[in-house]
Amino acid sequence: MRAGDFLGFTLLSLGSHRLRTFLTALGIAVGIAAVILLTSIGEGLHRFVIDEFTQFGTNLIGIAPGKTTTRGGSIGAINTVRPLSIEDALALRRAPHVLATDPLIQGNGDVEHGGRTRRVTLYGVSHAFVETLRMTVAAGDFLPDEDPRTARAFVVLGAKVARELFGETPALGARIRVGGERYRVIGVMAPKGQVLGFDLDDTVYIPVGRAMEMFNRESLMEIHVTYEPTAPLAEVEAGLRRVLVERHGREDFTITPQQKMLEVFGTILDAITFAVAAIGGISLLVGGVGILTILTIAVAERTSEIGLLRAVGATRRRILLLFLGEAAVLAALGGIAGLGLGWAIAQVLRAALPALPIHTPWTYAVVAECSAVVVGLLAGVLPARRAALLDPLEALRSE
Amino acid sequence: MIRLTDIERVFTVGDEQVHALRGVNLVIGPGEYLSIMGPSGSGKSSLLNVLGLLDRPNAGRYELEGRDVTGLSDDELARVRRERIGFVFQFFHLVPRLTAEGNIELPMVLAGIEPAERRRRLDRLLAEYGLESRARHRPDQLSGGQCQRVAIARAMSMNPSVILADEPTGNLDRSTGQEVIALLEALHAGGGTLVMVTHDAEIGGRAKRRIRIVDGRIVGDER
Repeated sequence: MRAGDFLGFTLLSLGSHRLRTFLTALGIAVGIAAVILLTSIGEGLHRFVIDEFTQFGTNLIGIAPGKTTTRGGSIGAINTVRPLSIEDALALRRAPHVLATDPLIQGNGDVEHGGRTRRVTLYGVSHAFVETLRMTVAAGDFLPDEDPRTARAFVVLGAKVARELFGETPALGARIRVGGERYRVIGVMAPKGQVLGFDLDDTVYIPVGRAMEMFNRESLMEIHVTYEPTAPLAEVEAGLRRVLVERHGREDFTITPQQKMLEVFGTILDAITFAVAAIGGISLLVGGVGILTILTIAVAERTSEIGLLRAVGATRRRILLLFLGEAAVLAALGGIAGLGLGWAIAQVLRAALPALPIHTPWTYAVVAECSAVVVGLLAGVLPARRAALLDPLEALRSE
Repeated sequence: MIRLTDIERVFTVGDEQVHALRGVNLVIGPGEYLSIMGPSGSGKSSLLNVLGLLDRPNAGRYELEGRDVTGLSDDELARVRRERIGFVFQFFHLVPRLTAEGNIELPMVLAGIEPAERRRRLDRLLAEYGLESRARHRPDQLSGGQCQRVAIARAMSMNPSVILADEPTGNLDRSTGQEVIALLEALHAGGGTLVMVTHDAEIGGRAKRRIRIVDGRIVGDER
C-alpha cells in the first residue's frame, strides 16, 4: 500500500466520525496543552532565577566564615571559627588569577537627612564592590580606593534612598547621618530593582571598616572574589584556600563559586520542570485512554469491513498498521491542536500576568508532539492487535 | 485450474465435531462456469471458503494453478487472494464511507498499484458496469443492484483467475438478481472461471456444470 493511500484511508476513517474524532483529539489536545504550558512556566522560572544570579557575573566566588560540613558536632561545643577579617580580604588579592576582592558586611540602620529618617539595608563594602557585583553608579563616584580599615566617612546611596531623602534636590555633597554618625554623600547608585526579594535600591553603602564598628562585629559576612574568566575554577579555588589556610591555620571558611550555585539551582529547577511536565503527562495519559476506547469501539463496528479487507488481500500486518495509523494520526492532530491551545493560553497569561515568567523552547513543542504520537501508538496497540488477529471468515460473517 | 484432493473440514461446536466437508475431490478447469447447490448446512459455503482461501481444510490438498496452497502462511494466502481470487458476497460488503470508485479500487490500493494505472482500470470497469454516473456516490446512495455491480467490479479489478460468488442474488429482488447473474455470466463468457454458491435451483441450473453437495459430500456433478 502506498503511503499517500494509507494516509488517505486513515483520514477518511477519522473523517467519517467527525464529532467522535474531534472529542478524542480534544482529550489529547488538553493533555498536550497542559504539558506545554506547565513546562513553559517551569522553564520560564528556570531562566528567571538563572538570570537573577548571573547578572552579578559568573566568575564570582563567595567566601563565608565557618566550614559547612555534613559532620555533626556535640551541642554546646565552643565555636572555634575564626572571623573573616578585612586583612583576609586584602591578602586574597595575592591569590592567583584573582581580579578583585571585596569584603562585605550587611545590616540595618537608620539614615537621617533634613528631619527625615529612613530605615534601610546598610552594606559595608570596599571600593571593589561595584566591580565585583557589576553595579553602576548613576551620579558622583563610589567609595574611593583607600584602606578599608581607615576609610573616610563617605556614603553612597541606593536610588530609592536618594529619592526618599532628597526628592528632586541633589544629594551629592550633602551631609547625612547613618546609624547616628555623620557621613558625606559622594554617589548615588543606578536603580537596580529587586533581586530575589531584596530591594537593592533601598540600601546605602559605607566603608566596611566603619560598618563593622557600627554593628560591633568582628567578622565579615562574606568576601566576594572575582577572577579571570578564562582561569580554571579549581585552580582559583585552590589558590584562595591556600592563602586563607595559611592565615587561619586550618580551613574554617566556605568557598562557594557562583558557577557551582548555578549548577545546583539548574538541577533543582530542572527537577521542578520535569515534575510539572509529569503532572501534565497525566492528562495526556487520560487522552490516550480516550483513543484506546474509541479505537476499541471502531474495531468492533468495523469487524465486517476488516473481514472484507482481509478477503481482498490485506495482510494482518496491514490491518494492524491501518489501526495504529489511525491512532497515531488522531493523536498527532490532537497534539497540534494542543500546541496551538497551549501557545494561545501562554499568550493570554503573558498579557494578563506579565510578572509570570513563561518561556517555550521550540524543542519542548517538538518533544510534546512526539510524545502525543507515542501515546497514540501505545493506545492503539491493543485494539489494532485485536483487529489484526480477527479471523477473516468470522469477521466477514459479523454483520 | 483448481484441484481439491480429499479435503476435510471439521468444526468443533461445543463438544461436538461437525464435519462440514468430507473427502471432497473436485477439479475445476480454467474458464468453467460452475454452481454449487445444496440444502442449508450442507457445506456449500464451507467449500467456497476453502476455495477462496478464507478457511483452511483440516486435511487434504488444494492446488491453485498448479501450486500447492494448502500450507501457505497467512500473509502468502492474503497475497494469493488479492491477486488470483475475486469475491462477490451476498451482502455486498462495501466499505460505507468509500465512494463506489473507492470501493472498486480498494484491492488495487491494498496491492500498491500506481494511481495512474488504477485510474485506467477504474474507467474501464465503471464503463463496463454502467456505473460512470454513480462513481462518486457512497453505498448508502446506491440501489442494491448498483451495490452488487460495484462489488463485481471490485472483484474484477485485479484480473483474478477465478470469481467466487456466495449467494450473489440472495439479497436482491428477482429482476435485479437476473441482471447480476447476467453480468457474472458475461464474465464467464469473457473467459473467466466462475464458481457460484446458491440455493436457488433456477439460478444454479443455468450453470454449465452443477455440483450438488449434501452433508459435506459431493453427491452430484452434472455437466
